[in-house]
Amino acid sequence: MLFKLSFNNMKKSIKDYTIYFLTLVLGVAIFYMFNSIDSQQAMLQVSQSQREIIKLMITMIGFVSVFVAVILGLLIVYANNFLINRRKKEFGIYMSLGMGRRQISKIIIMETIFVGIISLAVGIIFSIFASQFMSILVAKMFEADMSEFKFVFSKDACIKTCIYFTVMYIAVMLFNTFTVSRYKLINLLNATKKNEKVKIKNPFICILIFLSAISILGYAYWKVTADINSLNTANKILPPIFMGIVSTILIFWSLSGFIIQIIQKMKNTYLKGTNMFVLRQINNKINTMVASMSVICLMLFMTISILSSSLALRNTMQRELIEMTPVDLNLYKKANLPENYKKYGIETKTTKEQREDSKIPIIETLKNNGLDINVLKDMIEITIYASNDLTWKDFFGDKLEQLKAKFPNLAYDTTEQIVKISDYNKIAKLYGINEYNLNDNEYIMLCDFTNMKEVRNEVLADKNNTLTIAGKQYKTKYNECKDGFIAMSTNHTNTGIILVPDNCMLTDNMKEMTFLVANYNANTKEEKEKIEMIFSSSDSGFIQNLSNNGLDIDGLTKISIMEASIGVATIITFIAIYLGIIFLIASSAILALKQLTDSSDNKQRYTILRKIGCDEKMINKALFRQIGIFFGLPLVLAIIHSIYGIQFAIKTMAGIASEEDLLPSAINTVIIIGVIYGAYFLATYFGSKNIIKDEE
Amino acid sequence: MEKVLEVKNIEKYYGNKSNLTKAIDNINFTVEKGEFVGIMGASGSGKSTLLNVISTIDRVTAGHINVNGEDITKLKGNKLNKFRREELGFIFQDFNLLDTLTAYENIALALTIQKVNVREIDKRVNTIAEKLGIKDILKKYPYQVSGGQKQRIASARAIITNPKLVLADEPTGALDSKSARQLLENFEFLNQKMNATILMVTHDAFTASYANRILFIKDGKIFNEIIKGNDTRKQFFEKIIEVQTLLGGDLNDVI
Repeated sequence: MLFKLSFNNMKKSIKDYTIYFLTLVLGVAIFYMFNSIDSQQAMLQVSQSQREIIKLMITMIGFVSVFVAVILGLLIVYANNFLINRRKKEFGIYMSLGMGRRQISKIIIMETIFVGIISLAVGIIFSIFASQFMSILVAKMFEADMSEFKFVFSKDACIKTCIYFTVMYIAVMLFNTFTVSRYKLINLLNATKKNEKVKIKNPFICILIFLSAISILGYAYWKVTADINSLNTANKILPPIFMGIVSTILIFWSLSGFIIQIIQKMKNTYLKGTNMFVLRQINNKINTMVASMSVICLMLFMTISILSSSLALRNTMQRELIEMTPVDLNLYKKANLPENYKKYGIETKTTKEQREDSKIPIIETLKNNGLDINVLKDMIEITIYASNDLTWKDFFGDKLEQLKAKFPNLAYDTTEQIVKISDYNKIAKLYGINEYNLNDNEYIMLCDFTNMKEVRNEVLADKNNTLTIAGKQYKTKYNECKDGFIAMSTNHTNTGIILVPDNCMLTDNMKEMTFLVANYNANTKEEKEKIEMIFSSSDSGFIQNLSNNGLDIDGLTKISIMEASIGVATIITFIAIYLGIIFLIASSAILALKQLTDSSDNKQRYTILRKIGCDEKMINKALFRQIGIFFGLPLVLAIIHSIYGIQFAIKTMAGIASEEDLLPSAINTVIIIGVIYGAYFLATYFGSKNIIKDEE
Repeated sequence: MEKVLEVKNIEKYYGNKSNLTKAIDNINFTVEKGEFVGIMGASGSGKSTLLNVISTIDRVTAGHINVNGEDITKLKGNKLNKFRREELGFIFQDFNLLDTLTAYENIALALTIQKVNVREIDKRVNTIAEKLGIKDILKKYPYQVSGGQKQRIASARAIITNPKLVLADEPTGALDSKSARQLLENFEFLNQKMNATILMVTHDAFTASYANRILFIKDGKIFNEIIKGNDTRKQFFEKIIEVQTLLGGDLNDVI
């Protein structure tokens, strides 16, 4: 009997359940998709080092999933509570017929089980198909081969999803039982008779609060963008964030009062069609929705910022990677090793062999240690000079104090790297980057690390700036840093290289290191990976010879940089998409449920409109605009927040993500948000339309 | 005289073949311009159904209703809404004011949905508010004013569009006797000074005594009709009571 009752209840209130069900299915699907990443087909195709990264990513997703489960759990409890509240009267009738609280609890538990099982099943089936797309995405990110397509089902992820969601549903059941146990019959039967008083705010206070909120927000925006340099420690970022949150709440608190004041003055707009009704409706509801609108706005802001900056980060990383890794191999070795020197900050004694080896070119070392030199081609070896007479301190000259006050944390004792122009041009030619030329008394500063570039440019801007190198004065050729680099990297990290004319009197004891660039002598990916192993695997004969001889060569390879970098970017992107979508679903669902409650509470108002002669078209238009504004307001404010938030993110990640990658990323983000948020908006609109429909 | 409302042989059935209820059983009557007609009857007599079919909220099973010469039983969809919006004014027992709007806005809404221009709206709202004595409360919200004032706001909203016919459904039902008297005086004013045609449904004899003519309905049929003529309201009230007794009014039904 109870079974039949709860089953019929479900069928009857299926419209109310749409949003709830949609949210559950989406939650299940996303949970499954992200937790099944390891068994995706694309994962079977990636290389060994990438598999390590994926392992790390899975561990991280595991942690994030607990957090996500908590968010989804809270959301489900909230949504369920909403549905239970709408049925108070129904429960009241059951109770007046003599049904006990325990039996009502049983009905609700059965319904929860129903909804739970169906949503789990639908969610998992849906996500099994959707995860095939995920697989393609993964493949694209890891550049894996997806030529043969296989249908994958992850048992582990499925079991994990079921366990997590079962726990959530049990929490919901306990919560419901608790709610029901507090019901009083009289309140249940009178639940629909609710007298809502219209709270009116003082218009002047509204205007005042609104204007001050805008100013606070403006100050916070200025702080995180134009005045970003003052935020040099992590805790200084807290006040602007706090200001942002407070002003968001204040804006929602005062916005409707403020707008209504303005529009009331514009009589032509105010007294037109149902405008007045819609405005008042919003004004009335916003009062009761300040808290949830603020939370939704901030959640959306996080979604937009996280998604766009992580996508931008990934794009920048990928683009710069290609640019920054023009050859297969960089090897470098310290020249002129003294008996004692600081290696990575640790006092190290050197052996005689090491000291001797440091005087010969890298190619010789390679040959001496049994490397078949034919595996390499396009070899160029250069020398990088440095001297204790020329440190950053010396470069900054009389600007030093000024800069020290501004950037106290720079290592001012770092020696400048000096390279002969013809050496650099040889490498630049191979790298395919800009070559330069110099007159006898000139030098060029190469620097592409954004923060350092700014600092150096301040010095270079001075036309009379001169630099003493090896006893001779040189003038800067350009009044700014030029782009260029020698060592490959994941991104622009060259903090400074001084190019000098070839005739500069650089002595042998100024030799700092020798630097070799080369390509692998191979055409296919497989062959290249084979050569890569010679330099990277500890099992290779060459590496063993080196260590047997007590020698050391540092190096960078294109393949290792690529893999490490793509890995990091991918982990960030995945986690960001995961969290972003969960935040988005949570906020859309809350908003949708709120709107539906309001629509059923305000049904009477629409009936009145109908009675005084509004036709359905007018009413639907009013409803659409009202719901549209409610969905739109938090989104618009969130977008404005994000414009500044993303700028801040870009600046703090200086050199990592670039602004030009932001637009496409932002567009992608807007598409993702548009689809999910839009779906909730439409579901809410059609749901509300059904609720306010005339029953006669 | 111009006929504002013509009700011709209308019938309204509810239910299905096995269980048919005749809510209206062949009713005929006309209302002329400037008349104030009351419709009386016990609960379940069919008076509300009659009002619903005239106000186009419900449809007749048979017969025709002409308002200002136009057969409204033939209207459909948007034309019906347009008709309701432009030709009829409604006053309900429970006021049906929008609680989020001020009195001014509630009255103005009837005009804004007809796309009347702004200056005109402002002028008309102020004029009608003055006539009904609610000018001081125009800026207030419904919950800030008394029941009688609410009903006067609702009356202002009903009359402001200059409808051909004002339909009032138990307008004094939710009011105390003092407010009811005040409202009815307003109705008299609207009827006599502004030449509004009013059709009022009520079961209260005192309220009905303000009308010029009363139709009594019982079991879906017109049972009797009395006209005030040159009587004073007290005389007319006594007449109404007489008919009610004859009709086997509410009290007798109970026994």
